[in-house]
Amino acid sequence: MTVPKASTVVIVGAGPAGIRAAGVLVAAGIRPVVLDEGQRVGGRIYRRPPQGFMRPPELLYGPDAGKACALHVLFDTMVAEGRVDYHPLSSAVAVADGALYAMTPGGRRTFAYDRLILATGATDRLAPVPGWQSAGVYSLGAAQIALKAQGVALGRKIVLAGSGPLLTLVASQLRKAGAKVAAVLDTAPLSAQVLALPGMLARPGLVLRGLRMRLRLGRCYHAGVMLDGIDCNERGPVSIRWRDMRGRSRVTACDMVGLGWHLRGEMQLAGLAGCAFDYDEGWAQWLPRTDRLGRAAEGLYLAGDGVRILGADGAELTGRLAATACLSDMGLPAPDVTPDLCRLARYERFARALARAFPWPDAMLRTVPDETIVCRCEGITAGEVRETAACSGAEANRVKSLARIGMGRCQGRYCQLAGAELIAARAGIAVCAAGRLREQAPVRPVLIGAWIGEG
Amino acid sequence: MKPDMRQDFGGGRIVRLAEFERPRVRFFLNGVVCEALAGDTVLTAILVSAPALRRSEFGPEARAGFCLMGACQDCWIWQEDGMRLRACSTPIAEGMRLATEVPECWP
Repeated sequence: MTVPKASTVVIVGAGPAGIRAAGVLVAAGIRPVVLDEGQRVGGRIYRRPPQGFMRPPELLYGPDAGKACALHVLFDTMVAEGRVDYHPLSSAVAVADGALYAMTPGGRRTFAYDRLILATGATDRLAPVPGWQSAGVYSLGAAQIALKAQGVALGRKIVLAGSGPLLTLVASQLRKAGAKVAAVLDTAPLSAQVLALPGMLARPGLVLRGLRMRLRLGRCYHAGVMLDGIDCNERGPVSIRWRDMRGRSRVTACDMVGLGWHLRGEMQLAGLAGCAFDYDEGWAQWLPRTDRLGRAAEGLYLAGDGVRILGADGAELTGRLAATACLSDMGLPAPDVTPDLCRLARYERFARALARAFPWPDAMLRTVPDETIVCRCEGITAGEVRETAACSGAEANRVKSLARIGMGRCQGRYCQLAGAELIAARAGIAVCAAGRLREQAPVRPVLIGAWIGEG
Repeated sequence: MKPDMRQDFGGGRIVRLAEFERPRVRFFLNGVVCEALAGDTVLTAILVSAPALRRSEFGPEARAGFCLMGACQDCWIWQEDGMRLRACSTPIAEGMRLATEVPECWP
């Protein structure tokens, strides 16, 4: 069967989802365009260090080394055989009218497409903690990337705080590599973790792995904590103040704090391409509206953590599903998805249980002191958000226009969920009623000179 | 007077744990020659010997990056020619001239 010449499929992102999507398309005889921001493919989870780094995959990816290598080899082979049109170091920054706009090493480029698969991944989900604007406070993901891709620790005495599987994982990885982790502060109470255990047993292997890591952390792990603030001098953090599960005030000396509460999908391009979103109570965030295979709109498919936070295995799976949907919409024979759909249901049960075990700390962040900075980009405080919400009306985009919360360089990636909580708390409404920030192109800052310099 | 961040804060924030066997690369930070390893990002290269990349324009604190995945844009740093770059995703290169304070050529 010949593929109509006009059918150009563009994939954004070459992590586990993007690579699997490309694999399915290539197997069907299609040569997709693949754009990826990284120097080398693998995404965040299976990120490969630069050339010249020596640590073996077993050390970098632990028990998932086999999966990581399989993906790297698959993609490298497709590139070597000329079966994908691969653009590394290329940031997709806008979508409009069937064209994707990207900043590439050669300047701005426009990629016209018939079908678009977005596998844009996720970033850490952050809640503001007093003092978090200081140098030396990082996201949990940052601590992991620094270790994996650069072989470094971001401090000499590290405290990791927040909740979710990454908290325990990053702590274990750092310790194993020789970094000093002074404390691991989990805002999730043990009771929630225990109650969610039956659901998490949908993936017993992962539960076991997590429990083992947790046991090895021993007494430096604390559940059910409240974070009061990070004390800093001009250089960075000197200590973190917190309350333990019994409410006793504690102080832990440190020079680096890593924060994060699970992940938050990167959905800006999806929104610009016409995807709709629904607020999900379980995940406490807005999620794209798609069918089971990832169809979000005509010719638009989502995969990976950008559609549902299911982790690397889930990303491989949803990558395959999105590409399969794409093939069948093109009228081409597509692989049978029944086994993948069964696994998807199981991964989703697990992920929902994880979200219950390690909940978003809404109560903590609704009560942050007024002087707490919520927007790290521009130093906008909780007090300013509350005050603005009181006079502008309780709607996220309006508060953004007036208080600039969500208008800084990160474009709301790290403040929008917290901002919506503060607005909702002030107005006494459900957080979904505070709305969702409309995405704006470009979804990454670009130099105007480079943008208009297209030949 | 421009504060010298290296002097102010004494030493770097990042600790190398692995991958020591790489060729050395020299670059300039605030006019001073610094050493990094090939494959370092600009962020790693600077923060092994200095505590921060720049000062915040909206508050008194220094900034040293936050997400390290190109999403937060916290880690931008000046080049001596007045251009800025994203330190977490730009590899260090021999002879690069970087500055933690706004360069004099900037209007």
